[in-house]
Amino acid sequence: MTSLLFYLFAGLAIGGAVGVVMSRSPVGSLLFMVTTLAAMAGTFVLLEAHFLAAIQIIVYAGAIMVLFLFVIMLLNLGHDYQKDLKGGAFAVISFAVIGLIAGVLARQLGASGSVAGAGGAEIDAATAEIGALGVIAEPLYTTYVVPFEITGILLLVAIVGALALAKREV
Amino acid sequence: MITEALVLSAILFVVGTFGVLVRRNAIIMFLCIELQLNAVNLSLVAFSRMWGIDGQIFVFFVMTVAAAEAAVGLAIIISIFRHYETVNVDSFNLLKW
Repeated sequence: MTSLLFYLFAGLAIGGAVGVVMSRSPVGSLLFMVTTLAAMAGTFVLLEAHFLAAIQIIVYAGAIMVLFLFVIMLLNLGHDYQKDLKGGAFAVISFAVIGLIAGVLARQLGASGSVAGAGGAEIDAATAEIGALGVIAEPLYTTYVVPFEITGILLLVAIVGALALAKREV
Repeated sequence: MITEALVLSAILFVVGTFGVLVRRNAIIMFLCIELQLNAVNLSLVAFSRMWGIDGQIFVFFVMTVAAAEAAVGLAIIISIFRHYETVNVDSFNLLKW
């Protein structure tokens, strides 16, 4: 059952990803991307990362994709779908590059496939004890508290930077 | 399950890379970059099944950085669109030497 669900979500995610790359309209690409993100949230659930699945839907599909949608709407891109794909020699080079990356990734996968740590069992035990949220929150506020605070500063800088860039006259 | 998730992550990353390379629309290139980030997130979640919770913490940070990056990148795209009336990356050559 679980692996059947996984293959369903994997198929949806890959189909959505191909749709993102191949769709002619930006809004179509965006909706395919939402499909991919939702399917990936499903795979997160199957990998027992429940908090991240919720965040994936709320933050990614809910907030970031809506931001993209607003920008597409703002830029009024509806009319001029000139041929958007690069062709000729560039496409050949692109295929070579992704073939190279796929080869490297396949090689790494072949090397790492046999390794199995006990992380999953640890997480499951901790989840049973302090809950799925506590499992994430406990290291986030202890071991990783400095990066967590720096992330807050990063978001502040990003807000100020986005405003400064998008304003008509600074 | 872990190996399958890693394979899925690799496929999504490669598709995202292909999108960045072959599309000319800046917004779709940006979406494809998000797709690559998500593929890496998936592999981090899968690795957290092997090595413990740290992978999931990293995913949390990656999502935050992706949100910040989307805000700033889209602001850049908007301000470029004001100058050139297009988001086709072939028509921006400001940084070309």
